[in-house]
Amino acid sequence: MTIKFYDEEIASRFLIGTALYPSPAIMLEAIKASQAEIVTVSLRRESGTEQAGQNFWSFIKDSGAKVLPNTAGCKSVKEAVTTAHMAREIFETPWVKLEVIGEDDSLQPDVFGLVEAARILTEEGFQVFPYTTEDLVVADKLIAAGCEVLMPWGAPIGSGRGLNNIYGLRSLRAHFPDIPLIVDAGIGLPSHAAAAMELGYDAVLLNTAVAKAGDPVLMAKAFALAIESGLQCYTADPIEKRDMAAPSTPVAGLPFWNQDHA
Amino acid sequence: MNIVLNGQPVTTHAASLAELLAEQGYGTAKVATAVNGTLAPASMRHEQKIEDGDQIEIVAPMQGG
Repeated sequence: MTIKFYDEEIASRFLIGTALYPSPAIMLEAIKASQAEIVTVSLRRESGTEQAGQNFWSFIKDSGAKVLPNTAGCKSVKEAVTTAHMAREIFETPWVKLEVIGEDDSLQPDVFGLVEAARILTEEGFQVFPYTTEDLVVADKLIAAGCEVLMPWGAPIGSGRGLNNIYGLRSLRAHFPDIPLIVDAGIGLPSHAAAAMELGYDAVLLNTAVAKAGDPVLMAKAFALAIESGLQCYTADPIEKRDMAAPSTPVAGLPFWNQDHA
Repeated sequence: MNIVLNGQPVTTHAASLAELLAEQGYGTAKVATAVNGTLAPASMRHEQKIEDGDQIEIVAPMQGG
C-alpha cells in the first residue's frame, strides 16, 4: 500500500535519518535494512581543505534513497528560508523538512516562525514537510500555508520517549483524515512506531533510535517490522477497548453448566 | 579585504565568489553558498562580487535527522 507525499508515490512508511551512526558503512546497511525510500539529510559548513561533506554525499548517492533535506538548527524564518534555498540548489529537490526551532532544551518548533516560513517556501515552489507539534490550529494554518504533509513530533528530538500526547495525535489524525501525517521525532522503541501507525499515522520518521542502538542494522529491521505491523493493524480495523471482560470461548454448551453459573 | 567565511575572519584578494571558492580550495566540491544571509546561486558565483565585511556561508551535504 503506497502513500503519496506531494506528487511522489512512496511504498515504505519508514523515513530514516542519516546522522549519529558509528560509521558511514553502518549507516548504509541500516538504511538498507530499514527499507526506507526517503532519508533525511542536512547542510553544514564545509571546509575547503577537509571537504567532509563530499564523502558523505557519495555515500548517500550510493544508497539510492530520495533525500529530504532539513533545516535543522535554524532558529529564525530567514535562516530556515535561506537554508532551504541552499538545500534546493544542492540536493536538486523541492522537498524540505522545515524546522524552525523555538527552544533549546526541548527543540520544540517555533510554530509561528514555522507557519511563516512554510508560507514563504510554498509560494516559491517548495514542497514543505513541516516539523510541528500536535496543535490542531497550527496544523490548520500550515495547511492553509500550502503544506500537503504534516510531521508532528512524538516527543522531543532524540529523547526516545515515544508518543507523549496520544490524545493530541489521535485528534490530529481525526481532524485531518486526508492529509499525510508522519510522526517525526522522539521515537525510542519499535513499539512506539507501531503505536503511531496503529493510530492511523501514515509514516514514521526517526534517526537516533536506530543510529544510537547497540546494533543499528538490527534495530532498523526491528523498526521496519513494527511500522509494517502497525500499518496492517490500522488497515485491519482493530477492536474497541471495553471495560469489562467478554469471553472469547463460546459460552453455549459449556459442560457442567447449571443454574449456579448464571 | 576582510570577510567572515563560515563564521571565521578571513583575509582575501578574491573579487568574486567564484574566485573565493577557488582561493579557499573548494575546487569542484558540491557546495551551496550564501552571502549576507541570502542564497548566492551557483550560476551567479562569477558575477557575485565580494566586498569588505561580507558574511559568507559555504555549506555541503551533511548527516541529518
